[in-house]
Order: sequence, then C-alpha cells, then structure tokens
Amino acid sequence: MDAALFVTCLTDQFYPRVGRAAVAVLEYLGCNVSFPADQTCCGQPFYNNGYFNEARRLAQRMIGVFDRAEVVVTPSGSCCAMVHEQFPRLLGDDPQWAERGAAMVNKTHEFVAFLVHTLKADLRELGCRWDGHATYHYSCHGRGIGLTDEAVRLMSQIEGLRYTPLEKMDQCCGFGGTFAIKFAEVSGAMATDKADCITASRAEVCVCNDAGCAMNIAGQLHRNGAPVRVMHLAEIIAEGLGLLGEDDG
Amino acid sequence: MAEADTHPSSAPLTHEGHAILFPPLPYDMHERADAAVKDTALLSAIESATMGKYEGRKQMCARAFGDDYPAMRKLAGDIKQHTLDHLDFYLEQFIERAEATGAQVHFAADGAQANAICLEIAKRENCRSCVKSKSMVTEETGLVTALEGAGIETVESDLGEFIIQIDHDAPSHIVTPMIHKTRREVAAAYRRELGVDCTEDPEELTKIARKHLRDIYRKADLGVSGANFLVAEDGALVLCTNEGNATFSVTAPRVHVAFVGIEKLVPTRRHLAVMLKLLARSSTAQPITVYTDILTGPKRVGDAHGPEQMHIVLVDNGRSAILADPALRPSLRCIRCGACLNACPVYRKVGGHSYGAVYSGPIGAVITPLLRDPAGYKDLPNASSLCGACYQACPVHIDLPTLLIELRKRLVEQGKPKRIERLMYRAYAASLKSPWRYKLSQWLGRKWLRMTADRDGFVHRTLPPGRAWTDHRDLPAPAKQSFHQWWRKEKGTKAQRHEGKSEIRNQK
Ligand code: SF4
Repeated sequence: MDAALFVTCLTDQFYPRVGRAAVAVLEYLGCNVSFPADQTCCGQPFYNNGYFNEARRLAQRMIGVFDRAEVVVTPSGSCCAMVHEQFPRLLGDDPQWAERGAAMVNKTHEFVAFLVHTLKADLRELGCRWDGHATYHYSCHGRGIGLTDEAVRLMSQIEGLRYTPLEKMDQCCGFGGTFAIKFAEVSGAMATDKADCITASRAEVCVCNDAGCAMNIAGQLHRNGAPVRVMHLAEIIAEGLGLLGEDDG
Repeated sequence: MAEADTHPSSAPLTHEGHAILFPPLPYDMHERADAAVKDTALLSAIESATMGKYEGRKQMCARAFGDDYPAMRKLAGDIKQHTLDHLDFYLEQFIERAEATGAQVHFAADGAQANAICLEIAKRENCRSCVKSKSMVTEETGLVTALEGAGIETVESDLGEFIIQIDHDAPSHIVTPMIHKTRREVAAAYRRELGVDCTEDPEELTKIARKHLRDIYRKADLGVSGANFLVAEDGALVLCTNEGNATFSVTAPRVHVAFVGIEKLVPTRRHLAVMLKLLARSSTAQPITVYTDILTGPKRVGDAHGPEQMHIVLVDNGRSAILADPALRPSLRCIRCGACLNACPVYRKVGGHSYGAVYSGPIGAVITPLLRDPAGYKDLPNASSLCGACYQACPVHIDLPTLLIELRKRLVEQGKPKRIERLMYRAYAASLKSPWRYKLSQWLGRKWLRMTADRDGFVHRTLPPGRAWTDHRDLPAPAKQSFHQWWRKEKGTKAQRHEGKSEIRNQK
C-alpha cells in the first residue's frame, strides 16, 4: 500500500524521531512510504483561534500537496482530527473544494488507528519486544476521530512492556495550542495535574501520541524534575521491532 | 476558599443580581481563574464532585444504553433541534394547550419584564412570602432580589440554593450550586445566619434546613419554580428534583409562577421520555430523579392539593437572537444537565465563579456571551483547550468545541483580538505558505530555541508570548535536525523515485 506521511509541523521540528519511527514501522508493515516535501501545516492553529481565512488557505494547500497520495498517515491525532472534522466545515461552501476535502478526509488516517484498523497489525505476531514500564495519556483529539483503546491494545501486544493505566487518563493535559499561552495559569494547573498522575503511576515512559501534548507534558515533567520520558507509540514499536536504535534521533 | 468570616457575604447586590454572577463588563476572566487554580480547598471540593459524577455518568450510560448510547444522544439532540427549528409552531401549540388546562401563560422579552410580570401577579394576589425551587432562569433575571426588593420574603427550598442564599453566595454549577463550598463553610453560615448550634455533619445540616423550610412552606403564598421541560402536545410543565422541594414549592402556596426559557419545549410525552432517560443519568448518574412532577394546570375541583393559580412565564432574554442564528442555534438544545461542566478539565480547575456568569463551564462559555454581551465576555470562548470532553458528555449532542470556535471566529471578524495577536497570526500564516518560507522560519526558530536550552534540551525561560508557557513549565527545544532535513538526506532520492510509480515492497 502506498502511504504518504503527513509529519505535521510540531513533529517535524520537535519530534523528528517520531516521524522516522512511523516511516520505519509503516515500511516494515509493507507500506510504500512517501513524503511530499512541500507539506507545512494543516491550518489547525488558525482554525482553532478563529482565523478561518488563513486556515482555509492552508487546508486547500495541504489538499493540493497530498493530491496524488492514495493514503495519508499522520502521527498526530489532532492534525488528523483537523482534517476529519474541520476540513468539511471550512471547505463546505465551495462544491469543488468540498469534494476534494471529502476525499482528503477519507484517505487521512492517524498512525495508531491505521495500524489497528487498516493494517490490522498484531505486534505479538510480529515479535515486538520492548522492555520497560509505560503508562499512556489519551490525547483529546482521539475523541474527534473516534479513537478508544487502540493504543492500549497495541501496547498490550508488546512483549516486555509493563503497562500501568494512568489515573484520569483522558483528562486534557492543558495544551490546547494558544490556550497554553492565553490561560497559562489554568493550562499550567492542568499540566501539573497530568504530570502528577504520571509520576504516581511510577512508569518510566509516558506514551503520548500527539506532539503538542507531548511538549506540554514533557515540559511539565522536566520542570518537576520527574525522570519520565515522553514517547510516541511509533517509537516504542520501532524500537521493539529493532528498526530504531535507542540513540537514533 | 476563604475562611467563613472573610467570605464575601457583603458582596454588593446589583439591581441585576449577585456581583459574582454579574461582574462589570468587559469581564476579564483571568483574575478569578488564576486565584482559583491556587485554591486547594476549592479544587479538591470541585474535583471530587465532578470526577465522581463524570465517572458515574459514563458507567450509568454504558449500563443503560450499551452500544446504543451514541444513537440515544443523537436522537435526543435531533428531538431538541427539531423543536427549535419549529419553535414558533410548538410555542403556539404549548400556549394553547397550557391555557386549556387552566394555566395562564405570559411572555417576557427580557429579565426585567419577567420579574415585573411576577411582581405584578404577587401584588395582585396579595402574596407576602415566597418559597422557590431551583431555577437557572430566575438567576438570569435576578428574581429573588426583585421579590425581596418588593418586600416579599423569598426562601430557596433546594438545599444547595438554600445554603447559597443564607451565605449570600452565588451558585457555581448549574446542577450542584454549592459544589464550591466546604462543609466547614456551610456550618459557619448556619451558625451565623440561622443562629443554630451545629456540627459539620451533612445529615445534621440537612435536617436543620428541612425543619427551617417546613415552616416556610406553611406560610408561603407564592411558589416559584423553573421547569426542566415543557410538553407542547398537552401543555405540561415538568420538574425534576431529588429533594421533593419543588413539589412542595408549587403545590403548597396559593399561587405558582414558573419561569421557563422558551427553549425548554419538547413536542410530545414520548419525546419527553427520551429526555428523562438521559437527564438524570447525565446529570447525577441516577436512572431518574427521585421526583418528577408533570404539572398540567392549577388545582381543579376534586384535586386534593395544588395552587389556585398557575402562571407560566416564557422567558426570552436573548434566546430568540440565538435561535435566529443557525450556526449557534444548537446551543439552545441544552437541557442543563451539567455533564459538560463535570467533564471539563478547565471547569475542574477554575470553578464556576470564574466564568463571571449564571452559566459556567463549556455551555456557559458559549451561551453567556450570546445571552449577555459577546464583547463583554470575550475571554470565555477562549478559556478552553478544546479537548472535546464536553461534546462527548453532552446528552443532546451539542458540539460545544465547534461553537466555541465559531465565537472565536466572530471575535476575529470583528477585529476584537489585540492588533499584535492578529499580526502574529498573519506572519505565522505567511510562513506556512511555501516550503522555503516554512523551512527558513522553522530553521530560525530552531536555532534560537536550541541556543537557550539546557543540557537536557529544555528551555526554562523564553521571550513573550512564549514566556507565559515557561512561567509554568519548561519548553522542549526543537530537534537539531528536522524531519524534513532527515528525509532529504536519508530518503530523498527514494522519495523522488516513489513520486511516479509505486514500488511493491516485500511484506516484512
Ligand atoms: S450543554 Fe449538554 S452537557 Fe452541558 S449542560 Fe447542556 S445538555 Fe448538559
């Protein structure tokens, strides 16, 4: 299957290792991965803050960039939700764009969902092994794309991975894009709550499949001096399949 | 939370109501919110109440509806939406049928008019003392202040509202008005205001309130209520409570006046059944409220009890403007279950008073600007991380995040955000327009942030607006090499190869 990677701007800049891991895992599972080099941003920051004209132009731009892709996979739930939920709203008024928007929605998948629902990957069968103690933060935009326990199911298939459920697993970490700046006190309190729950889980790694949340949670854990690493599930799977060294990145 | 003695019991009452709910506009939410996040007693009170109801709702709905839960919510949302889309029809039908039951129906364009209608009825019927059950609409209109101003002693009969009233406080949750209060505060208010000697035991406090209220019911000649639903087909008014106080409040006094928002209609009893299945489950994780009163008209010949007169005041107070706006109309589906407040991580951290309005939490952040003043409450739509927990919890399927974004969009269209913010967004958008601009700007950003990072790769303090971030947590620095760069270096040629043809790779 041909799959084009939409790496997203935050992953591109802050977590390129996640992109590499995603590529490695997808290739391992038989996908032919391409990376349209003109990609930038899906427009989510603009849409969320009410700058619809800017968001619409970026959405149209993105559709153009991925025009030839059969399938688009992204390691970020929130950017995937932007495409699924908001592109139709942004582009609905113009019939031509509405159609292209709908096509984009149909072919865009979040990485974990793609593994579970499209590729039907079974990590146990693949012999994925990763030794460590991990917990999992359910990123909010999973709601928008109907994610439930896919990530946890995959984690349970990894040999050697000890999983402790996170208290208040689905409570927002407080990122929310510019919310973290506009309501920094409140956002900080939410991040603290999340970091405290993670620390209480005693896990060494917190799995978080969204770059924005990862930055927020990692930043709070570091401020607290908590020695917990934030990782994307793609990284764990790639390491567990021997596709990515611990030092790669 | 402050000590009982320093509690703002002397908060000035404006003509509209309580200063906590009616702050001067424009309202800056930060002051109260920033104080609330540091108030550990407040937070633990709110956290335990909201988390309990949040988990309870999920379990209760899963048990009751199983896989049909999404369809159930969709159905309830569709019923309310349909009613709103044809509200003129259903209102007319309701008025006709309600009047046929002997109720008198009034219409109030705004809060002042609603209060005036009630005062006029009270005066004409010579009412001296009023007992009132819980109603958010009367909070909107400031009815209690109006009644007391006219010399009519008014007592809240809902336990939570009663405590709020004697402590001169204001409700902070649409279902659990005293969610922010600790037992200690309640006991202190009892001692101070009721002159009783009591412990902090909730059961004892409840008994004292009950005894106090029994005497009030006996002498009240005016009973005021709200309504959870109005049924168009038979003119019924539906009240859902757990304490039975509404039943007393509307049957014991001679005159019953109900304040009801015009959006409370459902077409038929069958539709009502759907709503009742969802309301209590979503609200307090009960299958149904302990009492459900379906009232059709005043006391008739042969009835054992009931008021001599029943007045239904249909209150608009900004609702028809929302109704006229299709993008925002879904906000009127709300059945005030409070599930979105309980689910909201922001509400859990700031409490209801931070919203500076009668309605707090996600639904409050949407309807407060609409019912009152969009520019005066421009902080509210921004006080959300858009996590979507509210949407997921809402029994009538209101897409609250989308409504918040719609309000943000309108503020942008009206040029409300600061100039500097608008400029930054424009510059940011420009940097994403082409690959080279993107790469250049991101490269600059990466260089700058990496220069200021510590050995672990975290920035501890940066320039505004990022400063607000680093005031609370560290900022991970970008990676040395972006994914774009890595791909170009490692996979570039292969990527180009893939452009035209697809290559079949070996499985595994
Ligand atoms: S918006 Fe929905 S969840 Fe919130 S109070 Fe209204 S009905 Fe309940």
